[in-house]
Amino acid sequence: MKSFLPLVLLSGVLMSSIPAYAESQVAEIGAEIPRMAPNAEEFRLANGMPVVVIPDHRAPVVSHMIWYKVGAADEEDGQSGIAHFLEHLMFKGTENHPGDEFRSRVAAIGGDENAFTAADYTAYFQRVAKENLGEMMRYEADRMTNLVLADDVVETERDVVLNERRDRVERNPDAILNEALLRILYLNHPYGRPIIGWNHEIEALDRETALEFYRRYYTPSNAILVVAGDVTPDEVKRLAEETYGVIPARADLARAARPSEPPGAGPRTVTVRDEKVREPQVQRAYIVPSATTAEPGEAEALSLLAEILGGGATSRFYDGLVRGDGIATYAGAFYRSTALDSSRFVIYGLPKPGVALTDLEGRMDEVIATLLEDGVTEEELERAKRSAIAQAIYSLDSQVRLAMIVGQALTSGATLSDVQTWPERIDAVTVDDVQAAAQKFLRAEASATGYLEPLAEERS
Amino acid sequence: MPLSGSARAAAFALGALMNIALATPPAQATTVQEVTSPSGLTAWVVEDYTLPIVAMNMAFRGGASQDPDGKAGLANLMSGLLDEGAGPLDSRGYQTKLEDLSVTINFDVGADAFYGNLRTLTTNLDEAVELLRLAINEPRFDAEPVERIRGQVIANLRREESDPNDVAGRLWSATMFGAHPYGQSRQGTPDSVAAINADDLKAFHARTLARDNLHVVMVGAINGEKAAEVLDKVFGALPAEANLNSIAEVNPAVSQTAHAALSVPQTTVRLGGPGLKRDDPDFIAAYVADHILGGGTFSSRLYKAVREDRGLAYSVGTSVVPFDHAGAFVAATSVGAANADAAVEIMLEEIARYGEDGPSEEELASAKDYLVGNFALRFDSSQKIARNLLHFQLDNLGIDYLERRNDLIRAVTLEDVKRVSKRIWSQPLSVITVGPGES
Repeated sequence: MKSFLPLVLLSGVLMSSIPAYAESQVAEIGAEIPRMAPNAEEFRLANGMPVVVIPDHRAPVVSHMIWYKVGAADEEDGQSGIAHFLEHLMFKGTENHPGDEFRSRVAAIGGDENAFTAADYTAYFQRVAKENLGEMMRYEADRMTNLVLADDVVETERDVVLNERRDRVERNPDAILNEALLRILYLNHPYGRPIIGWNHEIEALDRETALEFYRRYYTPSNAILVVAGDVTPDEVKRLAEETYGVIPARADLARAARPSEPPGAGPRTVTVRDEKVREPQVQRAYIVPSATTAEPGEAEALSLLAEILGGGATSRFYDGLVRGDGIATYAGAFYRSTALDSSRFVIYGLPKPGVALTDLEGRMDEVIATLLEDGVTEEELERAKRSAIAQAIYSLDSQVRLAMIVGQALTSGATLSDVQTWPERIDAVTVDDVQAAAQKFLRAEASATGYLEPLAEERS
Repeated sequence: MPLSGSARAAAFALGALMNIALATPPAQATTVQEVTSPSGLTAWVVEDYTLPIVAMNMAFRGGASQDPDGKAGLANLMSGLLDEGAGPLDSRGYQTKLEDLSVTINFDVGADAFYGNLRTLTTNLDEAVELLRLAINEPRFDAEPVERIRGQVIANLRREESDPNDVAGRLWSATMFGAHPYGQSRQGTPDSVAAINADDLKAFHARTLARDNLHVVMVGAINGEKAAEVLDKVFGALPAEANLNSIAEVNPAVSQTAHAALSVPQTTVRLGGPGLKRDDPDFIAAYVADHILGGGTFSSRLYKAVREDRGLAYSVGTSVVPFDHAGAFVAATSVGAANADAAVEIMLEEIARYGEDGPSEEELASAKDYLVGNFALRFDSSQKIARNLLHFQLDNLGIDYLERRNDLIRAVTLEDVKRVSKRIWSQPLSVITVGPGES
């Protein structure tokens, strides 16, 4: 099925389209159930820094990623956007390598580089020819402790970030809806804040705030090194000890628990009316467990539930609401298992012309009610599992994607083994598990529903 | 820095035209063989058994420029319908098979070609090939999927009406190319898409998918013999020749201004003018020159002038865009509305100066280093290899281009770059803006 829908609504990481853990994972196939990143190895440097190596010898290139276990949900109240702002400022040079020396060097060797910020992590990466790995590690290790920031550089970059917020959010109705929905879904937890930050708080961020955040969180034991590509674990170990390994250990930073949600808060709704809206939309998010917070098997069941309910061209939503004389142009569901705290199960629908949002929402609720009542079929479950398994194999084709999956998982409280065995755990899910997960978690009291409407729409 | 992936995507959201990557792979890692089937079809094949996966990319020259008058968006609509029912399978039956087999088949359209790709696990290769054969040869265009997909396309077109990047992309194309087929949107308009019927789809299918305009690349766990068999199975029964409209050569407009009003806090800017076609002897030099001006992610002159020094924008970039029948240049950014005039002026000045003086020796050396080194990164997955090789084929670069490309970059001299910079950037550019203010 070709999707003509640009799913801005699936945001969650401030970067392009990062595959979410659950979406690009695994499952079973025949008797042999594959493992994710089966040849990955992990070890720890003396200063406490964990390292994961994912060998892939097909091309003479490597992806070098450093992940910090800090993200937008770790920010102090009033400083929203600091994690992301610091990520921008990390490209401004160090004592040893001032200005854009690092960046110029990456360009000179034909490397790609980037960085991204999410609620639970911040990460930096370079993709280079394999012989340049050691040099990249030296630069990145240097940047962990020696960042230098000048006031004027900070001010200019803040303007860049404010422009980025306009680019990403303020001109985009889907993103405006998404921001509004998260704001009311979370009554207490910082997942309700935009990763990029609120405009007025970004404006107040300064050099000192950034450096304070940097000194506190950018330490060896709060970082995870992930290297994928044409290398061996031994080589990486040697290089890592020479670079990251010489950074003195700092006291382990226990990740502060974030405020939790009040139970039974009740369903809430928000309506966004904007003159830029051409196609109305309804979107609902349920707060559900992540792989980190769930009971065993629940995250796997939720992943398959999302696939069966709204994952593709044969899903319940697509069959019932889009095909034939269905009342929706699109309808779907998704779930991401990777998060340090809770995760979200999201359903969305775009009505055909003339159909009221509330009518579409009612029909979506009927589809869900049927599933809660009758469960899913073996056939549906098998198809969803096969798809998940195939995705796991396909993900092996991209070293960057594998490194992303591992980095996201490890900064969200999972282990390498959790990642590798995801297919087996998917395979173990039963139809009863899926129904039980649906009944337990698709509950209105932990949900928020957002309506996106044109300004002039007259509602009856 | 942060988010450059999306930054560039945003800056370059002008449509498929922007995706014409001048790719270049690492010679040592990828061996390409040309395979000819018993019936005479050819494909480039990269055999690699590391993973139990086969990736196959194909293109039929033609694409959206073949859309008939008043039916803009026909090729695009067809791209959404080939997998919505074919042969004995209706839409649901076909989609169920794909999902049961974990096979991915996608179609897409560019200005000059209709694209398809297949990805399958090796164990399901034969069934996947049969599904692809059905989609390519026997699409049904049943009423239900035609209306459903049409509805999705139109809904998306309406969403795009208020998206500054989409509006700017359309306005850029219309300004650059006017009434030429390149001037209309590949997706069409709500009206033109509404006017398309099943007979249009069938006729378009019959005249644009043929053996003589076909290009195929296969990568993964497949050998030459099997590849030849797959070629004949999928494409053997297609008509010998496509019946394509001839497309006129066209020069992008200079010195035009156009503005579309949109109530957003930003002004989205597109500059445009003539570039070079891919077969121009100076194209490689132009590609290097553009990298220095605005094509390089974080290193370019415009990035420095607009973002690093002034913080005016999050993304800014340029591209030389080779069509089959035109060469174009585009520069793109989005800035706070109050800074729009200043940003346009800065960009025009930087570009004009560059057209006059060209780059320094140091800039040229850095750009060449980057482009040579970056080559390998474009060939580290089956899908990327297949995609890049397909473009080499479409651009008539030859099967040995993989080995030659970096030498071509290395051979570019300062004189070459200055000459080509003058050729492209000493002309008065057109200025397209979208944002606050009257149209």
